[in-house]
Amino acid sequence: MNPASLALPELTEAVFALGFVLLLLAPLALAGLALTNTGLGRSRSAAQALLGSLIVAAVAAIVFFVVGAAFTGSAGGASHIFHLAGKPWNWLGAAPWLLGGLSGAPPYGQLAFLFEFLAVAMAAMIPWGSGADRLRLAAGCAIAALLSAVFFPLLAHWVWAGGWLAQLGVNFSLGAGFLDPGGAATVHLLGGFSALVVVWTTGSRKGKFPKEGFSTAMPGHNAVYVLFGCLLALVGWLAWNAAGALLWLHAPLSALPVVVVNTLLSAAGALAATFAVTRIRFGKPDASLCANGWLAGLVASSACAAVVEPLPALFIGIIAGLLTPLLVEVLELAVSIDDPSGAISVHAVGGLWGLFAVGLFAPRPGQLLAQLVGIAALLGLILPLLYLLFWLLNRVVAFRADPDGERIGMDLHELGGGAYPEFVLHRDDSYR
Amino acid sequence: MKYAGLLVMPAGFFLSIAALVLFSDPAPRAAFVFCGLAVEALGLGVSVRGHMDERGASRS
Repeated sequence: MNPASLALPELTEAVFALGFVLLLLAPLALAGLALTNTGLGRSRSAAQALLGSLIVAAVAAIVFFVVGAAFTGSAGGASHIFHLAGKPWNWLGAAPWLLGGLSGAPPYGQLAFLFEFLAVAMAAMIPWGSGADRLRLAAGCAIAALLSAVFFPLLAHWVWAGGWLAQLGVNFSLGAGFLDPGGAATVHLLGGFSALVVVWTTGSRKGKFPKEGFSTAMPGHNAVYVLFGCLLALVGWLAWNAAGALLWLHAPLSALPVVVVNTLLSAAGALAATFAVTRIRFGKPDASLCANGWLAGLVASSACAAVVEPLPALFIGIIAGLLTPLLVEVLELAVSIDDPSGAISVHAVGGLWGLFAVGLFAPRPGQLLAQLVGIAALLGLILPLLYLLFWLLNRVVAFRADPDGERIGMDLHELGGGAYPEFVLHRDDSYR
Repeated sequence: MKYAGLLVMPAGFFLSIAALVLFSDPAPRAAFVFCGLAVEALGLGVSVRGHMDERGASRS
């Protein structure tokens, strides 16, 4: 264990206050995502979906407080380092347990931990949406605990707390090291890969892929929730990206308006592209796919908003918006992946594209290679490890509800009552 | 098949790390990192293919 060589920057009181206010607004991104995921699921699982989002975020926060924060550490704090080929590889934090000494920590460190609390909650909510209509609450909690105890701390340390990815610039002359100020890798790629593994481990909803014919369409039950969730998410994301730029890039206050404009441009470009694609493809724009496109633009902006200029930000959003509806369709129809919230396309692919685009458009030489090394670590190490540990976890806490529970709906099965008790429920034609 | 693909993916990661350690020249380093990513993409493709085969066998 060695103290890292990085020193925490000084924050003026004004910057600290602004960062704190931004982080108080950032939970709106979580609220938006929870509402969108609930709307994209079925009406008979709506209460379980929204309660699940809350409990998953709660478990993630508690486990991160108990275990994860110590492994995450902070830039300039104690950490575990090994040496290979004459270079230090800072791979794990070694902060005090239970956030010991937080109240006496420098302002930068306090805000950093607050940011990480929100980030871990967001990362845990993403796979919950993909398991909608069949993933048990207990399984969601177990997944959240695993993510916040093992995977998120590793990634957050590597990227934000002076870990080996952040030090690629210093140690290997690769640009400014791996850049991810808004959590495209630590939150969205981790969440998106977890969603893929949850879908692989849990399987598809009953009746989704019948023995004969195409997959059964199971549209979301409330487009208003979905679209209003997108608006809420925008507010949270603007604050989130601005706070990330302040904390992880030490951006000056004068740079924040551009970060906000870039976030907005990326989301707007993505929505316009998805709107056009679905209009051309289906004759009418598709509300849920447009929502997914909007979110994909926001996810891509998490990587790039604080790093690129406005025109590239718009371009990055447009590409994210073009990719999303096509991928949702390919994953469902060609690859037989049942992902009700579209998290794999939105968070995994949107995050991957955003991280890659930072390398393409950032002005520093070697930045693209730094971004590719980071992507290689996530794809080559984190994804297989996620599969292994989720596979083991599924042996201990069964992910999937029993068939009867899935038939009557997760609300009745797990909560004993529906989200809309006065509504008339119609026969489900998907159970053939 | 899914497991084979997942086992191949870490090899791509270690190839990328080897590129950082072994080469200081940008060109071979970039080539090695791209090769590592290609190996990872291959592993992911095999895993997805394995998932498709499983789904085909257990359609409900």
